[in-house]
Amino acid sequence: MSSATDIHIFDRKAAALKRARIKKDHLFLFDWAQKQIAERLDVVNRDFDLALQLGTRGDQAPLLSSPKIKTLLSLDTNADSTPGTIADEEMLPLETSSLDLVTSALNLHSINDLPGTLIQIRRALKADGLFVGALLGGETLHELRDSLAQAELKLKDGMSPRVFPFADKQQMGALMQRAGFALPVIDSEIITVTYENIFKLMHDLRFMGESNIIAERSRTNPGKDFFMEAARHYAQNYSEPDGRIRASFEVIFLLGWAPHESQQKPLAPGSAQKKLADALRTDEIKTGEKATP
Amino acid sequence: MSAVDPKLLEILVCPLTKGPLDYDAKAGELISKQAGLAYPIRDGIPIMLVDEARKL
Repeated sequence: MSSATDIHIFDRKAAALKRARIKKDHLFLFDWAQKQIAERLDVVNRDFDLALQLGTRGDQAPLLSSPKIKTLLSLDTNADSTPGTIADEEMLPLETSSLDLVTSALNLHSINDLPGTLIQIRRALKADGLFVGALLGGETLHELRDSLAQAELKLKDGMSPRVFPFADKQQMGALMQRAGFALPVIDSEIITVTYENIFKLMHDLRFMGESNIIAERSRTNPGKDFFMEAARHYAQNYSEPDGRIRASFEVIFLLGWAPHESQQKPLAPGSAQKKLADALRTDEIKTGEKATP
Repeated sequence: MSAVDPKLLEILVCPLTKGPLDYDAKAGELISKQAGLAYPIRDGIPIMLVDEARKL
């Protein structure tokens, strides 16, 4: 029998290496997600004594900044800032019920066992602790995916995965509940960025630390003709009136609480004190009876 | 070698066993007796990777 841990879609060592390549100028998406997370904390009516930020992109990006956080620790797979630790997000070295807040800005999309990591995060939270995460969703880079696939179909025998698979927003709510989070909230935003051409886009992805890390990726360079064909397809199908090409990034935000007594819960069935029919000012129709027009 | 932040020490456990760690400030290591591994600390940053740990 296979378990979730047997599935290795992503090469985690490659992911860590790509992180080491990150340059500050290319972190606009990360910065944006980080600000969105801070905004989501602003509207939460409580403070957080001890918080942990997962995924810091080393010292290249500023840490999460929120007046609600007293102490912020960090964790990343690569070079990290103090007070922080280097660890694998799939094997979190975190004490049970030790944190009031865990945040993650765009570092969960390359995890093989996302349910496993979410469970580990939930366990590390104290009761009524909060998790806010941002991860890339399925709409991300669909233009690039299409262009590379079309070029490959035209010039090679078949296709290989060149843009990695992203999370599906529809499944995230169930996933958060499965991981034991209470009151989960999922929403997403699409960010459209324009580039001069496909090469500028791929250059940007490389220095975001987000180039292909699929374990079964093709390791051979597909050659100049391939990229020229992909560039042509991209420009033909996804360009703006000014000639620049557009690239979509879907960012899914996950928010959930570690369960606690004080949280709102649905009442037990049959425990209602008033009839629904009274609230609706209508006559009650018993089961089995037919409504008369 | 700089010391590890005390708040960070409070939340860290062995990633393999999720068991407790002993902080050896002199050697600059976090020791998981259960796993038989010593995790190195570099510039005050604990490296909690099984691949990087020293076998005891």
